This record gives sequence, structure tokens and C-alpha cells, in this order.
Amino acid sequence: MTGTWVLLGALAATVVVALLLRRRDGRFAATPAPAPDTAADERERVDAADLDVPLGERATLVQFSSSFCSPCRATRVLLSDVVRSVPGVVHVEVDAESHLDLVRRHRVLRTPTVLVLGPDGEVVQRASGVPRREQVLTALALAVPED
Amino acid sequence: MTRPLQVDPRGLRFSAALTSVVLAAALLAPRPAALALLAAQALVFAAGASGRFDLSPYGRLFARVLRPRLGPPAELEDARAPQFAQGVGLTFTLVAVVALAAGLDVVGLVATGFALVAALLNAVVGFCLGCETYLVLRRLAPVRA
Repeated sequence: MTGTWVLLGALAATVVVALLLRRRDGRFAATPAPAPDTAADERERVDAADLDVPLGERATLVQFSSSFCSPCRATRVLLSDVVRSVPGVVHVEVDAESHLDLVRRHRVLRTPTVLVLGPDGEVVQRASGVPRREQVLTALALAVPED
Repeated sequence: MTRPLQVDPRGLRFSAALTSVVLAAALLAPRPAALALLAAQALVFAAGASGRFDLSPYGRLFARVLRPRLGPPAELEDARAPQFAQGVGLTFTLVAVVALAAGLDVVGLVATGFALVAALLNAVVGFCLGCETYLVLRRLAPVRA
């Protein structure tokens, strides 16, 4: 009898987790604004030195990946395609396992996680899971300063 | 370093589906049958956890019956994370076997339930809970000097 209840509970838990994942995956959210007295260098930012490549003029998409993560591949294909169509935006893929310092600093829990950086390297938006094209474009529009 | 082992992701999902069926059956079966099912499943997990996906009966069934009909995979996947995930499954299943054998039925059933949720998520939406845990654990590991 207990087994039946555990089975029903497991099925319910699976449905709930699956729905939560579907809702959350790829959804960009603004990084919380820093406290007003936070020094500029304590704000969440990623520098060219962290990535070993120059940042994009207008924005940078930093993708945390791991070698074994299959959704990362889909994300890579999408983001490299997006940056081809948006000038001044660069896509940088970071191997999470070899950049554990960055992973900790930005509290990356899953791969893929995508950070959208403004021109000065400040983290403006972030999402985990595979995003859709419109989600990336919307996040970029929020990160890129108006011309 | 040798090239990491590669596996067919469709085979992993197929295996997860069969694992779900076995674990669900173990939840409904009387204790002796449940123990036998869990012990058998533990052996399958042990094969995967040690990187011998080729020894897993589920993987063999996929390779012999399904892959010839499906054609070659579009892409292969690094085996490290699924291997780790199989280890997580093995741990839960072993806990369940020991608990059931010791008469701690509720502990055994709940441990089986956790393994079932992980297997179902993998089979149904392709989400690998064990794989996601892998990065979290790597992150928590002390910084190497």
C-alpha cells in the first residue's frame, strides 16, 4: 500500500518538476540591482581578463557550458547565430569546469547558463537552460544601451 | 588523455524509460519480488556507473533492436555526466535494497521513489537530474591549489 502512495507521489513530483523546468528554462531575468552604496568594482561584472577575449562593443553573451552538457550545444548554435545578426555583440563560451572561480562568483548552478553583459561588463540579464531566440533578443535589447 | 567515452543520448533515454518501469514495478511488488527487481536494477546502474554502458542490458537492447531501425545518432554525448548519474541511481537503489532487506519498508520505498523521479524526468523530458548535480558538486569541491 505504501508503495502505491510512493509511486503516485513520484509521478506527481515528476510532473511538477517537469512543468517548473519548462517554465524556467531559458527565461532571462534582470540581475538584482546592487545596493546603492556598492562600489562599482563590487557589482556583478565579468571582465575581458576573466574571459581571455575582448568584450563586445555593445553587449556580450557569456555562455557557461560543460563538455558533457547536451543542451549546451543547442544554446551555442543559437547564440552564435544571434550574434551574427546583431552588430557589436559577442558570444563567449566558458567551460564551467575549468572556470570554477567564475562559476562560484556568479552562482552558476546549471549548464547552460547565459549571462548578458553590458558594454562595461556588468551582468545585466541571466538565464539558465536553453533559451529561445526571442528570449535572447529581448534580453539583448534590455542590455544594449540606446544609440 | 584518452578521448572521453561517448554514448548515444537516445539510448540513455530509452534506458531511463526501462529503469522507470522496473522501479515502478518494485514499488508495487511484494517485498521479495521488489528486492529482486531492485537488486537487478542496481546491477544495471553499476554497469553504467563504471562506464560499461555496453554491459547494460537496456543499452544492449537499444543497440540491437532500436538503433538499427532509428539509424545513426545525430550526435553523441560525453559519458561522464550520465555515468555519474548512474552512480547516483546506484546509491539510491542500494539504500532501498538494504532498507527493504532490513525490514525498513518505508525507507526502502522512498529511496526507490527518488530514483524513480530522476529516471522519469530523464525519460520523459530528457532532463538528467544526476548530470545537473554534477556541476553543483564540482562547484562545491574545494578550490584546487
